Amino acid sequence: MFEYAPAPESRDVVDLQPSYGLFIDGEFTDGSGAPFKTINPATEETLAEVATASEADVDRAVRAARRAFGTWSAMPGSERAKYLFRIARIIQERSRELAVLETLDNGKPIREARDVDLPLVAAHFFYHAGWADKLDHAGYGPDPRPLGVAGQVIPWNFPLLMLSWKIAPALACGNTVVLKPAETTPLTALLFAEICRQAELPPGVVNIVTGAGETGAAVVNHPDVDKVAFTGSTEVGRLIARGVAGSGKKVTLELGGKAANIIFDDAAIDQAVEGVVDGIFFNQGHVCCAGSRLLVQESIADELLEALKRRLSRLRIGDPLDKNTDIGAINSAEQLARVRELSAVGEAEGAERWSPACELPDRGFWFPPTIFTNVAQSHRIARDEVFGPVLAMLTFRTPAEAVEKANNTPYGLSAGVWTEKGSRILWMAERLRAGVVWANTFNKFDPASPFGGYKESGYGREGGRHGLEAYLDV
Amino acid sequence: MTTPLADVASSDATLRAFLHGLPGVDRVGADQRAAMLGTRSVKATAKAEAVDLAIRMVDLTTLEGADTPGKVRAMCAKAVHPDPSDPSVPKVAAVCVYPDLVALAVDALAGSGVKVASVATAFPSGRSSLDVKVADTALAVAAGADEIDMVIDRGAFLSGDYAKVFEEIAAIKAACARPGDGHDAHLKVILETGELATYDNVRRASWLAMLAGADFIKTSTGKVQPAATPPVTLIMLEAVRDFLAATGRKVGVKPAGGIRTTKDAIKMLVLVNETVGEGWLDPDWFRLGASTLLNDLLMQRQKMATGRYAGPDYFTLD
Amino acid sequence: MTDAEQPGTARADEAPSGRRSSAQGRAEKPGAGKRRIEDAGKAGPGGRSQESARLAARLAVRKTYKLYIGGAFPRSESGRSYAVASSEGEFLANASKASRKDARDAVVAARKAFGGWSGATAYNRGQILYRIAEMLESRRAQFAAELADTGAERPGEVVDAAVDRLVWYAGWSDKIASVAGAANPVAGPYLNLSSPEPTGVVAVVAPDEPLLGLVSVIAPVIVTGNTCVVVASERAPLPSITLAEVLATSDLPGGVVNVLTGSVKELAPWLAAHMDVNAVDLTGVADADLAAECERAAAENLKRVLRPSVPDWSADPGVRRMTAFLETKTVWHPTGV
Repeated sequence: MFEYAPAPESRDVVDLQPSYGLFIDGEFTDGSGAPFKTINPATEETLAEVATASEADVDRAVRAARRAFGTWSAMPGSERAKYLFRIARIIQERSRELAVLETLDNGKPIREARDVDLPLVAAHFFYHAGWADKLDHAGYGPDPRPLGVAGQVIPWNFPLLMLSWKIAPALACGNTVVLKPAETTPLTALLFAEICRQAELPPGVVNIVTGAGETGAAVVNHPDVDKVAFTGSTEVGRLIARGVAGSGKKVTLELGGKAANIIFDDAAIDQAVEGVVDGIFFNQGHVCCAGSRLLVQESIADELLEALKRRLSRLRIGDPLDKNTDIGAINSAEQLARVRELSAVGEAEGAERWSPACELPDRGFWFPPTIFTNVAQSHRIARDEVFGPVLAMLTFRTPAEAVEKANNTPYGLSAGVWTEKGSRILWMAERLRAGVVWANTFNKFDPASPFGGYKESGYGREGGRHGLEAYLDV
Repeated sequence: MTTPLADVASSDATLRAFLHGLPGVDRVGADQRAAMLGTRSVKATAKAEAVDLAIRMVDLTTLEGADTPGKVRAMCAKAVHPDPSDPSVPKVAAVCVYPDLVALAVDALAGSGVKVASVATAFPSGRSSLDVKVADTALAVAAGADEIDMVIDRGAFLSGDYAKVFEEIAAIKAACARPGDGHDAHLKVILETGELATYDNVRRASWLAMLAGADFIKTSTGKVQPAATPPVTLIMLEAVRDFLAATGRKVGVKPAGGIRTTKDAIKMLVLVNETVGEGWLDPDWFRLGASTLLNDLLMQRQKMATGRYAGPDYFTLD
Repeated sequence: MTDAEQPGTARADEAPSGRRSSAQGRAEKPGAGKRRIEDAGKAGPGGRSQESARLAARLAVRKTYKLYIGGAFPRSESGRSYAVASSEGEFLANASKASRKDARDAVVAARKAFGGWSGATAYNRGQILYRIAEMLESRRAQFAAELADTGAERPGEVVDAAVDRLVWYAGWSDKIASVAGAANPVAGPYLNLSSPEPTGVVAVVAPDEPLLGLVSVIAPVIVTGNTCVVVASERAPLPSITLAEVLATSDLPGGVVNVLTGSVKELAPWLAAHMDVNAVDLTGVADADLAAECERAAAENLKRVLRPSVPDWSADPGVRRMTAFLETKTVWHPTGV
């Protein structure tokens, strides 16, 4: 028996404090709401107690950001750039610590936190640092101006990465920010606050307020916030759009998805199987652009399913801190309940459910990688965003049918196309109503590449030259 | 052949249609998969077992113009007792030499259980007539070689003459037979993947060799770079996996060339484990063609036993 | 993402940049050390014996200034050198006087490095340029002293500007394609995409502006993936070799930048005529006749030629120096099932 033996990453690199405050105007302060606990979803142990920002605390943060905006926006872009470069470097220097903390708080495998999240976080700061003194080359006219104070609310699936997507472009363009991390994953944002201090970022440029939905609402609804950026569910996105309607605030929303991953019979099958696995089981499927609907050309459906099952049997589920773990813990009890509920509905509606034999830990929140076959377009499992390691497999006969099925959803964030024929990739991409189309790959991200959705997957783009528009008065 | 693919080789056209009908390989995706598996961390007892397994899989090789009886005898001694100071170290799988040194190696290894492999067929270029290649093979087989490592005609393969490649392999396979004692030499077919250039070609050449009767498919001669890279090994493992499913016949894999460290070797074992599973984690089905690898494995073994890093001066050269 | 694409992640050991005030405080020492040797009567023009007696306690160890080719620091194959004097006429050091054969070797090194450097990710190149900025900042005092010897006013500020110039270009690595490239709406069922690509090996005659000018001509050439052979300022070549020491310790692959010191009049025509050079930047060729001769020689293999009017090195450089050494490649691909 060839085994790998446990290879746990050491927790010692992280210096967890028993409690954390808010980060306002360059200082850590108490919150006036009742503190909450953040737990390790893999073990259910409490990691720390975190302050809740009340409306008054949020107001303090917004006022600090407003004060800082004057000097920050007036600073030459080349100087702002150097702050962001510093932050990027410190993130690289402290990447081990940040990766372990992310895994502890989120439940994602350390391999992903280490090899995907953290390199991308640093890259986002590097990339946007470079824009800070080049905004007049970005295509928005000479000397484009920042908006002011940005209120930003981010989700729990990629806590630090989503923070970088929000803060890096905002700062590069000359805005100041008040950011609220998700209540189940606040810790890396608070460590980032410490990094801002190490970088000697002027006080008030970045403010981190923690709390639940009410804190988030206070941030986006604050009258002195000029710009609202939100990543999360379509449901909350709609509330925010309604809430800020008529206020004149600029809004970008990056919401849910139900992406189709489309496999043609001439695809490079071994790589397509990897792409399907990466598309839906990366980060336990807690990915808004996850390839949760597998559309397979009927002629190879059986072959592909067999290959997929064989591959799933090799996935290693368990301790997220183990360097060999492929699938970690579901982020929260609440999310686990939702994944379970939708899977039960899938079975009740007549789809066939399959998971590889795998032992799940006794404590913590776990769900095995799951495939549903015999899925019809009308099943909820094919329409609702599960946001978990659950794949719904459907078949198609022609390229046109694949496009029709792929677009038959209120969402439009991403799509995947697998074929060795280049012209078909482009034909499909032209017709797919999605903000990102991956061809012969999936779940690829780069700070230079714009990301964002069509339809109910939100509006605005993050990343690349196009992402700057969200933070400029243009 | 009594497989469902028996008539694939009936003509150059059918062979071509079959090989070009195999699913493509996306280079970026294959590279990423191999790289990801390279991050697997093998620790503690698992690592100790992996190191010993790797030693048992080594084809200890010398293929130099300067090879002499003395050099080969010394290598054979090393193959049987890799670390004279530690009897718990297992023997390697085989030694690999040129045909004219096979008899000497057979003699030196008599009764040890270590097999003798011989390269043949105008190794390493393969540029000669079929008659010469068969004679080269016959020389090694007659001298007692247990295994023949032949090279394919890459020129023929790249010019699309798949039938010629097929027929040569089949002819060498026939030359491996020992009708008398029923102990045929095993045929390893070297694809020289560094010259095939594309992963699509590696997949096609793998199938071509297996269809023609290869018992093993081997990446490289060791004389061309790149040699046994992880993605090439991955693609060949996928090929033997799919070939077994299609025909019921199991074929072994031997990456050779460029595997120098314990880390390289363990990455290969991880590739095997995750691509084809435990059925191939055995010297009968997976070999590592190497020369300097063995001492690195021994150094790693000693490091695990003593807790301190080892130095090369404490291990015999050959 | 592999480690190779993230050189920054593997380097957690960089020291934070030094405080400016203290660096400035040290700025005069290396220069003073140099004068000390001259005053000891070894080689200096005109001894100042009093001071030499006072300072005889310790003899400073001088640096040998050599060429920078293929990541190594060789002397000129010709064995020649020339004396470099400060703006006040004092002897500073002997610089190597490169020959046409050194120029030939440098072109070979630049060509060899081109594949790897142009094939590196833009992110990787940006990280390395930023690293160069970090290393330059860490040697601020040394450069300030060397610039002072060349007669530069406010040398510390010049070094600051050079560091900032490198940071500016570092940020361009992964943006220039977004600004200079385009998706073109052709009238037909085709994807049509234009992207900038580096032109190849660029011969650069650097201006007589020993650090800021030098950095301002090298960075835009290499950030997009070109490699180069630089002829340093003839009058003040020493900072360019010290800059080469910075480049050699910044993870920049050997051969991407090659630095020759010597006679512009002697070297520039050879480089301009070299058939394996793709472009030439004549910024530092002050002599109009020589520049015209170089342009004529460059025409033989249709080198791209940049010959700007004397630039203001403190002004916003814009993108001109990058686009001058970029090709535009347009890819067509049909769209259809």
